[in-house]
Amino acid sequence: MNLNLRVWRQSNATDPGKLVDYPAPDISEHMSFLEMLDVVNERLIVKDEQPIAFDHDCREGICGMCSLMINGIAHGPEKGTTVCQLHMRHFKDGDTLVIEPWRARAFPVVRDLVVDRSSFDRIMQVGGFVSANTGNAPDGNAIPISKVEADLAMDAAACIGCGACVASCKNASAMLFVGAKVSQFLHLPQGHPERKSRASNMVAAMDHEGFGNCTNQYECEAVCPKEISVSVISELNREYTRATLTSGSD
Amino acid sequence: MNLDANIPSGPLEQKWDKHRFDLKLINPANKRKFKVLVVGSGLAGGSAASTLAELGYEVDCFCFQDSPRRAHSIAAQGGINAAKNYPNDGDSVFRLFYDTIKGGDFRSREANVYRLAQVSASIIDQCVAQGVPFAREYGGYLANRSFGGAQVSRTFYARGQTGQQLLLGCYAALSRQIGLGKVRMFPRTELLDIVVVDGQARGIVTRNLVSGKVEPHVADAVVLATGGYSTVFFLSTNAMACNVTATYRAHRKGAAFANPCYTQIHPTCIPVSGDYQSKLTLMSESLRNDGRIWVPSKNGDQRTANQIAENERDYYLERKYPSFGNLAPRDIASRSAKEACDAGRGVGESGQGVYLDFKDAIGRLGEDTIRQRYGNLFHMYEKITGDNPYQVPMRIYPAPHYTMGGLWVDYNLMSSLPGLFVIGEANFSDHGANRLGASALMQGLADGYFVLPYTIGNYLASAKLGSVSGSSSEFTGATKGVEDQTKKLLSINGKRSPDSIHKELGRIMWEKCGMGRTEAGLKEALKIIPALREEFWNNVSVLGTGSELNIMLEKAGRLADFLEFAELMCRDALERNESCGGHFREDHQTDEGEAKRNDDDYSHVSAWEYKGPDKNPILHKEPLVFDNVKLATRSYK
Repeated sequence: MNLNLRVWRQSNATDPGKLVDYPAPDISEHMSFLEMLDVVNERLIVKDEQPIAFDHDCREGICGMCSLMINGIAHGPEKGTTVCQLHMRHFKDGDTLVIEPWRARAFPVVRDLVVDRSSFDRIMQVGGFVSANTGNAPDGNAIPISKVEADLAMDAAACIGCGACVASCKNASAMLFVGAKVSQFLHLPQGHPERKSRASNMVAAMDHEGFGNCTNQYECEAVCPKEISVSVISELNREYTRATLTSGSD
Repeated sequence: MNLDANIPSGPLEQKWDKHRFDLKLINPANKRKFKVLVVGSGLAGGSAASTLAELGYEVDCFCFQDSPRRAHSIAAQGGINAAKNYPNDGDSVFRLFYDTIKGGDFRSREANVYRLAQVSASIIDQCVAQGVPFAREYGGYLANRSFGGAQVSRTFYARGQTGQQLLLGCYAALSRQIGLGKVRMFPRTELLDIVVVDGQARGIVTRNLVSGKVEPHVADAVVLATGGYSTVFFLSTNAMACNVTATYRAHRKGAAFANPCYTQIHPTCIPVSGDYQSKLTLMSESLRNDGRIWVPSKNGDQRTANQIAENERDYYLERKYPSFGNLAPRDIASRSAKEACDAGRGVGESGQGVYLDFKDAIGRLGEDTIRQRYGNLFHMYEKITGDNPYQVPMRIYPAPHYTMGGLWVDYNLMSSLPGLFVIGEANFSDHGANRLGASALMQGLADGYFVLPYTIGNYLASAKLGSVSGSSSEFTGATKGVEDQTKKLLSINGKRSPDSIHKELGRIMWEKCGMGRTEAGLKEALKIIPALREEFWNNVSVLGTGSELNIMLEKAGRLADFLEFAELMCRDALERNESCGGHFREDHQTDEGEAKRNDDDYSHVSAWEYKGPDKNPILHKEPLVFDNVKLATRSYK
């Protein structure tokens, strides 16, 4: 198939950037979206033009590195799919595809389609953990956890930290991301000793990084490649309320 | 070159205990005076960095991804082994040890492997404490399953995302230490050289991948946890940016490279679909618990799978290995698939594929149970291929997946370069010539949580470490070397992209040094690889500058090292004149087509010493001594 690409090009963080048109002829429907970009890049290199920079690594939907806005939808039109697992069979001959980076104040553009998501790491550093030094642990089976709760924890833990939730939210809210981590530890007894500090510290860090608040439109859930439910946001709200309105620390 | 493995004396089961007692300790107040650099943030690097920081060392950690959470350990699907014997099915530390030695085709060290089996149980405990959501039974206890190459159920798992969950546990521990100011994290930073002062590894030189800034880092010890080199084949199940640069640069600075020809070709991956292909996707081999592998009995059968009657199918693993059947170890399962396809019985458009069929399992257990067990894998398969595996069998083919070879290390996980420790897939230590399923996660975390934190203390306590500065000639020399290479790559102005040359290298390696190797093929590879290297240095195109995010420069730098390393791999494969595990020399097979070892001449670790850019490396041999197991021909029949 033949496609027309309009790709965001920006040579560094301070460059204003712009959309540039690239024709993409002879694309196979079996290619992944990123393989299509590889082909476009190889053709640019032959013409001594700089290839389009984009983040990617595992190409099997789990590392969370790839991060493209395709026609205004984070990770493109397929539900529950990262852009590396999106295949060209979902597009039609003659389509025009506008490809942009994640847009959020807390995710500044580094180059072209590459953004800086270190704000996510900084949120994790203040509470996205159980404080268990190596060697502290009792036998694994000493902490029985019902299958139902373990499955709920796993549902939330599936988050890959890609940032699609932020990119698709008009408020650039990170509450699905933060909620997922808070929910994981809420469903496991190991998380309970630090419940309060986790919720309040992570929310404070999220605000500090410049992420907005949730206004319940669920764009995040719609684009999440791991289909994490917005119920984790309710859990985050409850945990935050509990942490701030009840007395005592953890 | 000193290749003393420093294996403690005494009975096998007491070696690690005894060794821990013999290791020198550093008192808690003094640990902060030692600085350790950990390169890589996967299961091995992340666990080592967080644990060392918890102990009180000053730690700097580096990764080339934008966050330590993205290291490729994250993609491991199936599980992690541990000798817990929770299912009461006969497992023990000794059985896990024995299975690992045997699975590795008797080409690994007894003492290292036994220690791995010993600490395996603590790993599960630690991960549970961190909040890793392992699968549970209804009673609330941990669930187990069996996995390729084992007859007991010792594999712990978190759906099909075990690597992700273990890595996120480890990332959480690391994040906590970063937040506490105990670890300084350097994301988007790539190691480009190791710095040796007075015969000791004392630091590294890195390039910041965003600004291009080249910087020296001084320390008391360096830990490499930079993974394997499967991307030498270009197409592999590894992440796109996985590379050999850190370990190869260390090799050039004096660290011996051990068994580079031991590569694992994973049997269950989605077949190649075209030239544009950028990577191969693994389908967890846990699928082999319920899926049955077959090809048509008749050559060139063009009918669809569902049109082929039961009696016209060859379930070749069940036929050849009745006791292990579809659970035969990876090397055997891969080779059998190649054999079937080479004989013209392969399926799919390319003929390079075999069926993995769930029809019987769905009939027996129902679609819901299968969906519960493998739902995410089936979903992924359908996304990539457009086929629904609940209705038609999956098509799979082997693909490069893991490298058992790596930098040589002693029992303390220290390389032949003092002060340089190597952990996880980057070292060669525990898997011999073939790794068993669910053992990579175990080894990465064993090294990082429970082995290195002890052994590195002994080195720091006993080594005489002089004062070193980043402005010393060793550091400025290494920094200049890195800057010169960048300038050189940018000045070639050739016509070929780094990827096009990498793909060509990959094809050579797959054909000549892949699943089946021959003397003639390897000799030919040793002629064409230097020619391709020359083509690279004369005709590669690297646009842009060195002082910006430059993906072509990153790729070209990694490829330059692969083009040298590939030769070492072929040389090792040529020299190892036997078949063992993943190293299958077609000239050494039994009448039934199985790998034929030569224990008299090759029961050793091949450790290669670098001698210079245009000189042949020197082979050193570390003999493998087996006091506790009897060398036997592996049989899974």
